[in-house]
Amino acid sequence: MDERRGTPAGRTDAQVCRPAPADRLTIYEKSRPGRGAWSLPELGVPEVPVDGLIPAHLRRTAPARLPEVGEVDLVRHFTGLSTLNFGVDSGSYPLGSCTMKYNPRVNEAAARLEGFSGLHPYQPESLVQGALELMHELESWLVEISGLHAATLQPAAGAHGELTGLLVIRAAHLAEGRDPRRIIIPDTAHGTNPASVVMGGFVPAPVRSDARGGVDMDDLRAVVAEGDIAGLMLTNPNTLGLFDEHIVAIAGLVHDAGGLLYYDGANANAVLGISRPGDMGFDVVHFNTHKTFSTPHGGGGPGAGPIVVRDALAPFLPVPVVERDGDGRFFLQYDRPLSIGKVRTFYGNFGVLVRAWTYIRSLGAEGLRQVSETAVLNANYVMEGLRDILDLPYGERRCMHEFVGSAAPFREHGVRALDVAKRLLDHGVHPPTTYFPLIVDEALMVEPTETESKDALDWLIGAFRSVADEAKEDPALLREAPVTLPVRRLDEAQAARRPVVKQRFAEDGDGGA
Amino acid sequence: MGATSYVTHGRDDLRQMLAAVGAADIDDLFAGIPDEVRRREPLALPAGVSEVEVTAALRCLAGRDVPATQLVSFLGAGVYDHHVPAVVDAIVSRGEFLTAYTPYQPERSQGVLQSIFEFQTAICELTGMDVSNASLYDGGTALSEASILAGAQTRRREVALSAGVHPEYRQVLATAAAAYGPRPRLVGLRRGAATDADALVAAVGDDTAAVVVQQPNFFGALEDLPALAETAHAAGALLIVVADPLSLGLLEAPGRLGADIVVGEAQALGSTMSFGGPGVGYMAVAGRLMRRLPGRLVGETVDLEGRRGYVLTLQTREQHIRREKATSNICSNHALSALATLVHLSWLGKEGLPELGLHCARKAAYLRQRLLALPGVRAFTEGPVFREFAVHLPRAAGEVVESLVPEGYLAGVPVSRFAGMYDGVLPDGVASLDGVLLLAVTEKRTRAEIDAFVVALDGVLAGEGAGDG
Repeated sequence: MDERRGTPAGRTDAQVCRPAPADRLTIYEKSRPGRGAWSLPELGVPEVPVDGLIPAHLRRTAPARLPEVGEVDLVRHFTGLSTLNFGVDSGSYPLGSCTMKYNPRVNEAAARLEGFSGLHPYQPESLVQGALELMHELESWLVEISGLHAATLQPAAGAHGELTGLLVIRAAHLAEGRDPRRIIIPDTAHGTNPASVVMGGFVPAPVRSDARGGVDMDDLRAVVAEGDIAGLMLTNPNTLGLFDEHIVAIAGLVHDAGGLLYYDGANANAVLGISRPGDMGFDVVHFNTHKTFSTPHGGGGPGAGPIVVRDALAPFLPVPVVERDGDGRFFLQYDRPLSIGKVRTFYGNFGVLVRAWTYIRSLGAEGLRQVSETAVLNANYVMEGLRDILDLPYGERRCMHEFVGSAAPFREHGVRALDVAKRLLDHGVHPPTTYFPLIVDEALMVEPTETESKDALDWLIGAFRSVADEAKEDPALLREAPVTLPVRRLDEAQAARRPVVKQRFAEDGDGGA
Repeated sequence: MGATSYVTHGRDDLRQMLAAVGAADIDDLFAGIPDEVRRREPLALPAGVSEVEVTAALRCLAGRDVPATQLVSFLGAGVYDHHVPAVVDAIVSRGEFLTAYTPYQPERSQGVLQSIFEFQTAICELTGMDVSNASLYDGGTALSEASILAGAQTRRREVALSAGVHPEYRQVLATAAAAYGPRPRLVGLRRGAATDADALVAAVGDDTAAVVVQQPNFFGALEDLPALAETAHAAGALLIVVADPLSLGLLEAPGRLGADIVVGEAQALGSTMSFGGPGVGYMAVAGRLMRRLPGRLVGETVDLEGRRGYVLTLQTREQHIRREKATSNICSNHALSALATLVHLSWLGKEGLPELGLHCARKAAYLRQRLLALPGVRAFTEGPVFREFAVHLPRAAGEVVESLVPEGYLAGVPVSRFAGMYDGVLPDGVASLDGVLLLAVTEKRTRAEIDAFVVALDGVLAGEGAGDG
């Protein structure tokens, strides 16, 4: 056990003086009355008593129990928490469908320029010409990359882009006096697709995948024949990491049925400058800037999910859109009678969009194509390195930017995909996406991204292979993994059975809901 | 090396890797893409550039802006120029937070998971609610989600929406509700800019899922939450309160005044204004609504050895498990901005937040008193306010704002920019929003700036065009 925990041979835990994780306190537990870090400028105006400002029945009675800590303790607390975390800056992060590429630091510097970060959304337009030009230019680049015609930068995330795109599709149908309800979704789709379909006022119509991992054309014909088709949502390459060979026929079938095609851009990193969604026949595209265009994911956002549409759909885009008048001045156009309305406040996650602009401007057309070429090369390289230890249900085909393997061969040792993932953590790499897509048994979805060096890829392959050896020699180790991290495997069932979702303060007894 | 590339392979690497995958060249890797959709010509984008050049280009664009932070600004209306302590950016810039994905592997993500748990705690403490999620996109989409939640909980098809709610939040709600969730029914304002209680009583009924109000409302007026809660609950509806958590050091927690759901935007705590995004939406609910929450939720648990740890929990609410039956489609939220909010709140602490609120309220009261003493300026917002209020000017507010820019002031938000959102819901006796200016005061404004601004505004009002409003 000591060896697995990483304690040097012949030494006990106590001698190593590793801080005991059990002592990890929350910031509320570190709080002491009267401590603090805050300061305020001189008031300078009359010190009106609070009674004269806020009526008693609307005034706070018991103060919020926010932490009381000095600034250095605050910094140490959050620095300590950061060391328990793992990002692309820490090591390889081949989390399939998430495109965990390097997040350039110059992007961060760009977003922090005061001419961007200090802008208020309701400043007169004459004072925000640089920001509007940046947005206008970024839109034009996304138009070119997608092969479509008009963009909005407002959606805050990929799922938000999906909802926005579906509302545009709905508005386009309604404008033609139709109100079809069904959106076709393959069984390999991200969970956001069916959830967005419902929020967009539609009903999901599932379609199967065929043996080669693409949309099953016979099943698609059958679904289309049932009628009421509003559209189809597809990721291409799909979540199996495979380019759908029938995309042109798929687009034809859906269009002939009166439907529109939605491109889930989660996997766009595979095809930049190589194949454009618009040329494939898609009518609406979203990009995840936090995947494809290197903006940081921040432990769960903020990202951005701009969408681009075919010209016939442009009138339905959310308000406002950035336009340029005859004098070359940029302005926000709200006068769009067919628009679906606003999908979020203000103009989008502007700070994230500045980072995406910086990335695309830095790389240019050539650099973006190189991104996809290398992403695909890296994924194939890792797939070949693991061919003899994972089942590769679609392994007769080359993958695109990611591939899906199955950990089913580990089952004979009593080891599951989850155990493989947890043991990879001990080897210093972030595991792949597990149990997705749903149609692959014991799925492990691997997306190395283009920014990993060959050495890093070899390390990743080596880590997988070590885990495969361990599965044969000591399967219990995998089932117990991780064993070298600040915490061992966490009991998710208990967390759900009796939810404790906030600090338990001594005087309250219980932090449950 | 000219243009930027974050690809690291050298020539030998490429050769070895192509050989390993059995490809003759890079092109060979894309043989699976049908020719008819394979692009051969380069994208029509500018050529890539070095870091020196991209930095210069960015400085040029940013230099064409005049940021509010370099002027004397009274802009608010949902985005506020509060001081962000330097520690906030230092923490959120740490690569382990900045470059991590959603914490799907909890054993390697305890940093972000514990910080979200601490964020959820802070939001619950401020709002007086039982459960907070891990964040949403922004205040507007948070309100949409709250409305959907209320509809699902009550199985009713309308929300009674106060015209005192931010007009853009109302627009976002209307867009979403056109396809899914309860439809908004607008409730007007009474004199002084608070929600008209009688109109609300008339608007609620058997099909009302929720009453939606903002505290303080868009015009800065304080709503009588206990009375509004009573109206909502008497009709079997929930009360949704939109609130800025920065105000909740001084104002009573909505949860103690009858709110069932509290949502809003926490940009004022920890995020720069950044042209309106990213900030951070949040949602906190009564315990009985927990299983209908949209988005991520972090819970405490133990590991194999009994040590405390944190995980994403109740995930059967979410899209990646439940797909079309999920409570929402949300996946990525605004975790890093939520961390910024938590760090800012921890810096302020239990005493600092109410002190900051009081400081802003006193400066706002001072500005308001000075403005209302000017000839021709009348109150639009009446009664007590927190840090924001609206006045009637005797001239078009948009023109006044423009004329004060050369003098270095951003005088406020002319409410006429939202004129279409107030048809039929303005207080009795208010015919037009042309002269209505909304002003916010943060701790950054000094007395000297306020005094000089009042003089400048007086000059503009007394000058050419006076009396036009």
